[in-house]
Amino acid sequence: MVMIICITSKGPKSFDLVEERFGRSPYFLFRDTGKDDFEPVANKFADAAGGVGPRAAQVLVDRGAKVLITGNVGGNALSVIQAAGIEVFRYRDGGSVEDAFQKYQKGLLEKMA
Amino acid sequence: MRVVVASGKGGTGKTLVAANLAAVVSGSREVVLVDCDVEEPNLHLFFPSETKTLPVLADVPVFDQLRCDHCGECARTCQYGAIVVLPQKNLFFPEMCHGCGGCEITCPQGAISMRKREVGRVEFSRPRCHLTLISGVLNEREVAAPRVIREALLYAGGHPLVICDAPPGTACPLVETLEGADYCVLVTEPTPFGLHDLSLAAGVADVLGVPAGVVINRSMGEDGMVREFCRSKNIPVLWTIPFDRRIAELANDGKLLADGVPGIRELFLGLFAKVSGRGEPGA
Ligand code: SF4
Ligand code: SF4
Repeated sequence: MVMIICITSKGPKSFDLVEERFGRSPYFLFRDTGKDDFEPVANKFADAAGGVGPRAAQVLVDRGAKVLITGNVGGNALSVIQAAGIEVFRYRDGGSVEDAFQKYQKGLLEKMA
Repeated sequence: MRVVVASGKGGTGKTLVAANLAAVVSGSREVVLVDCDVEEPNLHLFFPSETKTLPVLADVPVFDQLRCDHCGECARTCQYGAIVVLPQKNLFFPEMCHGCGGCEITCPQGAISMRKREVGRVEFSRPRCHLTLISGVLNEREVAAPRVIREALLYAGGHPLVICDAPPGTACPLVETLEGADYCVLVTEPTPFGLHDLSLAAGVADVLGVPAGVVINRSMGEDGMVREFCRSKNIPVLWTIPFDRRIAELANDGKLLADGVPGIRELFLGLFAKVSGRGEPGA
């Protein structure tokens, strides 16, 4: 089944490091499992004063993501993500987006919600 | 005249000074004491008395599910992330909403209307014959502290003598409390941490153009660092409260000092004379 995965990232490329914060992540890298590359989306709320979690979650909802890979998700963002039926997997190995994606595909990541 | 007693952080004796100053001064004139530490108001502990309560209300949107077509306009409008639109329903986070009404205006379907929600309350009491206590209380898990402070201050507005116990920290709640005040009493402890917080709070007063003076609590005698700081910033040291076990004990029990520490009444009156000499508009 083809689906859209989102990984929080410090930069726009798949060799950039995974960002552990969700709402303040500089980039979201989206990958359609049917395709070979990531599509970077800059998070325009990364430096906003407040409400970053739900606003970032809205970006995922709008793009139809079904899986989120990140370090941690705060309370309000988590309730959005749960209500939208998005699965969250925790990645804390300090590696690249590509590494997180590989580990996810091998079923090595812990499911948060 | 409105006097704010602030400290930059909690636990320096700020509330002790505010409560006793108000109690002593109310011996000879009308005083309104306002607790602006709305996240943890505790002035009422010094003045147990029957209270009357008014709610503090904020505007929040309600969604008409029948009209809403989940276009997402409201979520894009909200600067505070209080709305998220899913394909089938909208999620709303009331504690993040600032009540600006932007979503209501923006909704193309007219599916949003505003209603009132309680975010806190203001409590009134008359514990002594010349003293009115007004306490702002922020409800648990709410974030609109400045709003509750503004409302508590509104009820004290125009009174000839208002004394405010400021919230700790140097963020929006302190700014809300200090803005427009005539004088700021900064209560500090003679420690490096105390000095750090003092300098931050003094900075806020300075930016807002409120004249300030320092009270050193739990003084160990020299207080060199604090005095040095005050000299460099041209802030007067109004009073030094020596370290005294009795003061600490009475304060811990929520008791006023005038009843248990001989001579302290006169010292508080002296502090008030200095404050009113500097803070009285036109003085
Ligand atoms: S703007 Fe109005 S119609 Fe659009 S999602 Fe919000 S409430 Fe629904
Ligand atoms: S009233 Fe303002 S802050 Fe509240 S949800 Fe609507 S747009 Fe957001």
